[in-house]
Amino acid sequence: MKTAANLNIVSCSRCAALWKAVKAGDRCGCGAKLHVRKPDSLRRTWAFVIAACILYFPANILPVTVTTSFPEGEQQDTIMSGIIYFWVSGSWVVAAIIFIASFVVPLFKLAVMILLLITVQRRSNWQLLLRTKLYRAVEVIGRWSMLDVFVVSLLTGLVQIDGFATVYPGPGIAAFAVVVILTMLASMSFDPRLLWDAAERNPEVPM
Amino acid sequence: MQRIPDLIACEDCDAIHSRPAIDDDEVALCTRCGAELERDIRAHGNRLLPLTIASLIMYVVANVFPIMEIELHGLSSQTTLIGSVLAMNAKGMYVVALLVVATTIAFPLVQLLVLFHLIICVRRQANPLGFNFLVRMVQTLRPWIMLEILLLGAIVSFVKLTSMATVVPGVGLWALGALALLLASVFSFDPRYMWSMSFLHGKASKATSVNRTRTAPSIEKAAKAKGS
Repeated sequence: MKTAANLNIVSCSRCAALWKAVKAGDRCGCGAKLHVRKPDSLRRTWAFVIAACILYFPANILPVTVTTSFPEGEQQDTIMSGIIYFWVSGSWVVAAIIFIASFVVPLFKLAVMILLLITVQRRSNWQLLLRTKLYRAVEVIGRWSMLDVFVVSLLTGLVQIDGFATVYPGPGIAAFAVVVILTMLASMSFDPRLLWDAAERNPEVPM
Repeated sequence: MQRIPDLIACEDCDAIHSRPAIDDDEVALCTRCGAELERDIRAHGNRLLPLTIASLIMYVVANVFPIMEIELHGLSSQTTLIGSVLAMNAKGMYVVALLVVATTIAFPLVQLLVLFHLIICVRRQANPLGFNFLVRMVQTLRPWIMLEILLLGAIVSFVKLTSMATVVPGVGLWALGALALLLASVFSFDPRYMWSMSFLHGKASKATSVNRTRTAPSIEKAAKAKGS
């Protein structure tokens, strides 16, 4: 199958117009700089993914909320203990929603991004279509991990009854928010066309 | 440098297709990876202005009225969107407060106002100063607007609080629900079509001589309930 790259055509990342005979530094009619692929895609994506992996630990170990309520006293909750609280108290639907948004999605995202990066660098042509679809899935679901950040923010704003119940944000939520932002930046800087380029350059199986 | 108007490249796999003639409500998909190449936006383009105006009204309501109110031992406490952000800021969570302000208050407002301005300009066939810049800004901001996630967060908070206090949903919460729905509809319009709708670039894209010899993309009917 013909691709824009092997016909020496460059497509604009903003308005999707196609141009041929493009020189370095040329701009599209819409004003965007033209690049054959997203610039430094692999390096940038790796940087965001590694930073997100490092911050993933404080995000899950440090408390995200500190609740003070009148008879019970002070209680610190991490993301996991919050999910367990919902599960034990019988709100299974909410427990499942937070479990997916705050635990499954970030892990799935990091795993998929690492898989995509490694397979591109190994010039793999394994399950190309599936990997493209995984990338699209990651782009769509990644934002939903922000759920816990909004929950903590709303609780902090709402539960401020001095002496009876107050909720304070814990340091874990800042780390978690940064993890979500970093994974979003990682999937944005990754160029899915590299998957197809890499497979094309694979010497073993001709496309 | 030369523009090629009769071809289209897949954004996900770089495959080249001839630019398809798209009928009402049709979507052209890449034959290699299934990504969307182009869709018919004429009908949606007409709905965009009323949807944007409705979103702006709902935005104001959602921000002015409290989201929720709790009552505990005769004491009550309520919060608006900005109130929860200020509380986060007061507790030393500057980064998180900034993030929440950006994704749920600042970016949606900027997005809606810019979109409103752009639609008016496109309708009047005028090219405003910085048209290209504004469309690029709309594109860049889009993934960072998270009102639908905030809505889910508000519902989760609601459920969480029912076990410890009496919770009353406020007008802001209903408005937020309506706003999330409206925005889903507004955002199903890909801002890159602004360029083909605008006066300057419109001429270039109309002069298409369809080259049928290359790989033609499969043209499928657009799913009726396709969101953003």
